[in-house]
Amino acid sequence: MTASPIIDVRNISKAYGSGTGRFEALRDVSLQIGQGESVAIVGKSGSGKSTLMHIIALLDTPDAGTVSFAGQDALSLSPRRISELRNKEFGFVFQQFFLTPGTSVLDNVTLPLKIAGMPAGMRKERGLTVLDQFELADKASNKATDLSGGQKQRVVISRALVNEPNVIFADEPTGNLDTATGTVVEDSLFALSRDLGITLVIVTHDEDLAARCDRQIIIRDGAIAAETSRTGAAA
Amino acid sequence: MKTIDLVTTAVRNTFRSKLRTTLTVLALFIGAFTLTLTTAVGAGVTDYVEKQVASLGTDDVFIVTRAAPTTTEGPATYDPATSSASSGTGAPGLPGAGQSDPLTDADLSTLAQINGILSVDPVQAVAIDFIQHEGGQEYEFSINPTSSITRADLLAGKQLSEAASTLEVMIPADYVESLGFASPEDAVGATVQLGLTDVLGAQHQISAVVAGVAQESLLSSGGGANPALVAEAADLQSAGVDAGPVRYPLAVAYFDSSQSEDSIQALNDVITDAGYGAQTIMDQLGVIRTVIDGIVGVLNAFAIVALIAAAFGIVNTLLMSVQERTREIGLMKAMGMRSRRVFFLFSFEAAFIGFLGSATGAPTAVVIGTALNAALSAGPLEALPGLEILLFEPSAIIGIIALIMVIAFISGTLPASRAARKNPIDSLRYE
Ligand SMILES: Nc1ncnc2c1ncn2[C@@H]1O[C@H](COP(=O)(O)OP(=O)(O)OP(=O)(O)O)[C@@H](O)[C@H]1O
Ligand SMILES: [Mg+2]
Repeated sequence: MTASPIIDVRNISKAYGSGTGRFEALRDVSLQIGQGESVAIVGKSGSGKSTLMHIIALLDTPDAGTVSFAGQDALSLSPRRISELRNKEFGFVFQQFFLTPGTSVLDNVTLPLKIAGMPAGMRKERGLTVLDQFELADKASNKATDLSGGQKQRVVISRALVNEPNVIFADEPTGNLDTATGTVVEDSLFALSRDLGITLVIVTHDEDLAARCDRQIIIRDGAIAAETSRTGAAA
Repeated sequence: MKTIDLVTTAVRNTFRSKLRTTLTVLALFIGAFTLTLTTAVGAGVTDYVEKQVASLGTDDVFIVTRAAPTTTEGPATYDPATSSASSGTGAPGLPGAGQSDPLTDADLSTLAQINGILSVDPVQAVAIDFIQHEGGQEYEFSINPTSSITRADLLAGKQLSEAASTLEVMIPADYVESLGFASPEDAVGATVQLGLTDVLGAQHQISAVVAGVAQESLLSSGGGANPALVAEAADLQSAGVDAGPVRYPLAVAYFDSSQSEDSIQALNDVITDAGYGAQTIMDQLGVIRTVIDGIVGVLNAFAIVALIAAAFGIVNTLLMSVQERTREIGLMKAMGMRSRRVFFLFSFEAAFIGFLGSATGAPTAVVIGTALNAALSAGPLEALPGLEILLFEPSAIIGIIALIMVIAFISGTLPASRAARKNPIDSLRYE
């Protein structure tokens, strides 16, 4: 792990509900992720993986603890600044594709740029470049919902990359793909991490995928149960 | 997100669920259509009346009549000096003028003495038997007693001259052909013969020059004569016989029009206290306008009801869209879209639906209304030439489109704020 971590989460807790219905989804979790590192968050269903990812992706706030991104205290930032951070620094891949029905592949891919306020001409150019990398340039004007599952997943990854993010958060990126396509998606994610130094935070059930990451964080009942690095040694 | 992208995205989203959008647009279409027609009726009738009444001319006169006695109990006692004989006939005149008792010379001098009245002119009624041109067919003809102070809605020629010593006559449009003229322009400047019978039963003829041809009007029927012609006709009619005190159906009292409305009202009160009824042209216009405004108001109310129903349609449509697009909203927010932008995305969509409805409804109303106008003017409304029942004013149409867009925008705020408040995580979890 390099000098100063890009993501530094300390002693965070998160509970849902109140009274007898109160449920502690995360308990005193601390985690540091370095720039360019690939980290898998694994664990049983309901263990709190998505909750943890949402907090470090600044989509949610913990009840206690600190979250810092690139050295700044993320919890004290204004909502405006947080939106900007997510827009500029993060890329998201979700298990369900979340492609906007009825709009073109290109429009879906360039959505983060549109939100950022980039002029249409530049958006198109940038979007086509990324689609080209994923051999989807010829599908740019097709309706996103008409693509095959594997193509959709590549569109989603293109969308996560289009803003040249620092960190990509992926929640079950290969969850509903067959093994072959899943591997293609995995390959492209790791290639990005390696070539562009993009940090990867991947939530997954898939042991093979987790094993390809630099580190695995195992969550059980809202707490970090174990941490393994790729060499297999316990952290 | 840039505003231009926000607007184009909103426009595109509008077409994503075509059937739902179409139905909502249809509701707004009906509202816009109705509102355009009703305001056009209001504008058309108001414009017509205004033209008519404005043609009544000057704003520095009171039309003075004898007020019906309202304060005395029982019948008023007869006094030859002040009382005048009631006429059941009443000359055709301005609205509200014909029904009251005539005025006498004594009344005129009373009026002239009122402070603030510059001068008082009696309006004489003359009875013309017929009009004839170059020995042709004789036609019945009546002269409107107020024609000397009013301005006609001219088809050709010019207004009657008050000062001229030439005997001038204004003929209504429907006399042009009957009298053998090819066109209204042709009639102007021609000399016509007016026949009348004096009190002794003798026939007389007067030659008068046609000054102009007037459009038939709501408020003044019959032809017009200038003061010189009226005086000449009255002279001939009396045949030098003293028929007792001269009686006038009404008089015209001039005042200084530069004074404030309050002092005009004060002057009006003085005249009323003296036992007369005084109305300015504007007063007379006001009565008519109140009636028209009432009718148009009721019509507009129907259109507004249609629009309110449509507004609920928009709320419903967009609430469904927000629900349907929960994940999309969550995704956009996760990608850094600010809540306020999400709000405007949906509000613009609502405004655009409003635009679609009104920008189709209003022009359709104009097209159908214009056709209807032509049909009505040629048919049922032929008797009121110059009346364009539906008057489409560009400013009114733009106003209606803007109003409907505002209504739509406001209806959109409820669904839009619901979308804006959505928590991105909950939205992403949403199945
Ligand atoms: N909004 C919420 N209200 C109440 N409970 C919640 C809420 N969100 C999550 N939880 C609960 O918190 C726990 C952790 O949820 P989380 O989504 O983080 O699990 P996960 O590890 O991602 O599971 P999976 O692998 O099935 O996606 C679960 O028990 C879940 O029911
Ligand atoms: Mg999960």
